[in-house]
Amino acid sequence: MRGSSPRMMALSMTKTTRPKLVTALLLAPAALFFVFLLLVPLTVVLIFSFGERAPAGGYLPAFTLQNYMDLPARGKAFFNTLTLAPLGTLLTAIFAFPMAYFLAVKVSPRWRVAMLILVMAPFWTSQLLRYYAWMIILGNKGLPSWLAIVGITDVRIINTPWAVLIGAVYGFLPLMVPPIYVSLEKLDKRLLEASADLGATPTRTFFQVTLPLALPGVATGSMLVFILLMGDYILPQFLGGGKVFFIGNALVDLFLQSRNWPFGAAVSVALVAIMFVTIYFYMRFVLSKTDTRRAALV
Amino acid sequence: MLRAYAICIYIFLYLPISLIVFFSFNAGKYAMSWEGFSIYWYGKAFSNPLIMEALRTSVIIALSTAVLSAIIGTLTALGLERLKGWLRVTFDALIYVAIMVPGIVIGISTLIAFVSVFDLVNPSLAGFGIKLQMGTWAVIAAHVLFNIAVVALLVRARLQGMDRSLVDASEDLYATPLGTFRQVVLPLLAPSILAGFLLAFTFSFEDFIIAYFVSGPDTTLPIYIFSSIRRGVTPEINAVGSVVLLSSFVLLIIAQAVLRRGERTSRA
Repeated sequence: MRGSSPRMMALSMTKTTRPKLVTALLLAPAALFFVFLLLVPLTVVLIFSFGERAPAGGYLPAFTLQNYMDLPARGKAFFNTLTLAPLGTLLTAIFAFPMAYFLAVKVSPRWRVAMLILVMAPFWTSQLLRYYAWMIILGNKGLPSWLAIVGITDVRIINTPWAVLIGAVYGFLPLMVPPIYVSLEKLDKRLLEASADLGATPTRTFFQVTLPLALPGVATGSMLVFILLMGDYILPQFLGGGKVFFIGNALVDLFLQSRNWPFGAAVSVALVAIMFVTIYFYMRFVLSKTDTRRAALV
Repeated sequence: MLRAYAICIYIFLYLPISLIVFFSFNAGKYAMSWEGFSIYWYGKAFSNPLIMEALRTSVIIALSTAVLSAIIGTLTALGLERLKGWLRVTFDALIYVAIMVPGIVIGISTLIAFVSVFDLVNPSLAGFGIKLQMGTWAVIAAHVLFNIAVVALLVRARLQGMDRSLVDASEDLYATPLGTFRQVVLPLLAPSILAGFLLAFTFSFEDFIIAYFVSGPDTTLPIYIFSSIRRGVTPEINAVGSVVLLSSFVLLIIAQAVLRRGERTSRA
């Protein structure tokens, strides 16, 4: 309450409302996109998931839980996704860790970033072509035929869960290494020296000092990879070859081939729900772990 | 030991890519049996009207996505800085939801929401000779949604690391808010905006799954590559792929160089 005259009031009003107007204008375009391309479409999917399939395909308004009861019909896709996505994430983290450690600790600072970019680069090139190359490498005229020369016969890799896991490690290693690298680079080398001075073996130092401190990086990387693997379509399509299919493949089938939109909507809702719940509990777990570690250090 | 492991990882990462490039120079008709060196397939690919049309569509989509996302994403980051309370929490949440919802679900939800609206309005628009349908514009819209979130996060990180005293100094020297923005803030944000632009371009150019659902009658390059892989590939696709691989490598290296130069100047 600075001024009592109407003119003063009006002045102070414009002073406070104009910045608000600017803020609103700055955020308006993004808000439009979020509403019309995210919230409305996701709500439509939710509504459709309670509907019925029109005879010619598509959607017929109704309220039924039938689509959700029918989810077990696609149980195989859920099972594959929910086992291979976490397993693929874990394997990627296991293979990425030594690589990140090498880059952060063993490589001279001059070459570090260049070598890190070299690891990241494949992720930003055509996913289709890279998995296509693996389709050839793991296919019957590829690796199995080379192994046959050495006398190992009857190996089948393509279209098995193994092929999908190899593809997952290959496809997402470039995404997993950088966050682990960042957390390892920040690691105070004196902590490692202190640990050694106090008589810890290198193995013990690794498990009790290095690994816990690198955990945030591993957690970030795993989260990114897990999100992308859960919704993947091309990887299982190319390397699982219709035998090892994910929820993504079921969705393409339901929407573009059999045109059962309501059931497809229910599968989408289930996928998003599972992802959000998993991520929520995962974050809670990771946060509690990193906090206690930090507390223990202090 | 660790060094040997690192070499193995590099081979693992680059062997498949090298195979694609290697066989693009194959003289033979089959993608993976070597019959001698030739650049025949490069000429063939670049005179194939279907490939050229798909490439044109993809470049239009990627460029529009990158420009729109860079602008809107930057505005969003600037706006978020000024926002407090529950609105800010909501906006932050939306950004994370946009990033976390799988691309395939974005594609599906955009498809069924828009097709449903079109089915409702098209009968009444028919009198004007207008028929709304999915196409290039829908791919751009869906890509922009995701990339607004990415650019906003990148620019905001830079904004938070920015030295406030520069803005204060500019204001003390009687610069208008717009003048301060143009002459102080924008140059400081430029590297992150450019990096966001390049990331959005690459994402949009490489995306298959969203475009597969919402592109309607239009064909993007990844959709063309996908369908030709199903039909059985000739080295033609390897040739296109090699050119695409090379260009995304160049883009990525530019993006990284720009980001790092930005970090260095901000530290100095």
